[in-house]
Amino acid sequence: MRQEAALLREARDSAELTNAIGLHARPSVKLTQVAKGFGATIEIATAPDGPWTDAKSLVRIMRIKAAQGETLFVRAHGADAASAVTAVADLIRRNFDED
Amino acid sequence: MLGEPKVGVVIVSHSIKVAEGTADMVRQMVGDAVPLAAVGGNPEGGVGTNVELIHAALQRAWSEAGVAVLVDLGGAETNSEMAIERMPPAQRDRIVICNAPIVEGAIMAATESSGGSPLEVVRHAAEELMAGR
Repeated sequence: MRQEAALLREARDSAELTNAIGLHARPSVKLTQVAKGFGATIEIATAPDGPWTDAKSLVRIMRIKAAQGETLFVRAHGADAASAVTAVADLIRRNFDED
Repeated sequence: MLGEPKVGVVIVSHSIKVAEGTADMVRQMVGDAVPLAAVGGNPEGGVGTNVELIHAALQRAWSEAGVAVLVDLGGAETNSEMAIERMPPAQRDRIVICNAPIVEGAIMAATESSGGSPLEVVRHAAEELMAGR
């Protein structure tokens, strides 16, 4: 049962980047700020099996250079993992509130 | 985390336009949650840096969490060091000059600070820029 509890603390989601310039500077800042609001470790990837990038590190997130049309995969580990991936994926789905 | 002091950011350029332009980018991209001060030029309005003006900027952006300073070229760093020396001893230890490009470093530092990170983590975020290129 302990193992099951541990599994429950991992959460995943994904969302397509639809904003015109992709994951550029301003969206990256917003993503990092949202991620920092959670205790869970949150990671981003452009493929379902990684490589994974720390969503709380602006420098690393900006290095992904993801473009419009790419899908961003989000995974989190920790007590608030579920709400963390939802918050990050929703931000991507909302075009980072840029429209 | 809300309500806790956030690390301040001071931008020191030889040009007040560069400093203020950088601060504009920080405010627009990161927001207003981080204490921020931009300083540049000499008292006559020309290009240069000035210890008095930097000292005043350090006081404006002072936070109990500390202050991260971003500088451009040579004199900006040495004059910032002298300005830090003029701060009260209890505050000096919590002011660091980041080894990072001024514009990008200010954005990285302010973003890290806005999330409530302590001074050393803020500094590391700015300096990580150089490490990975």
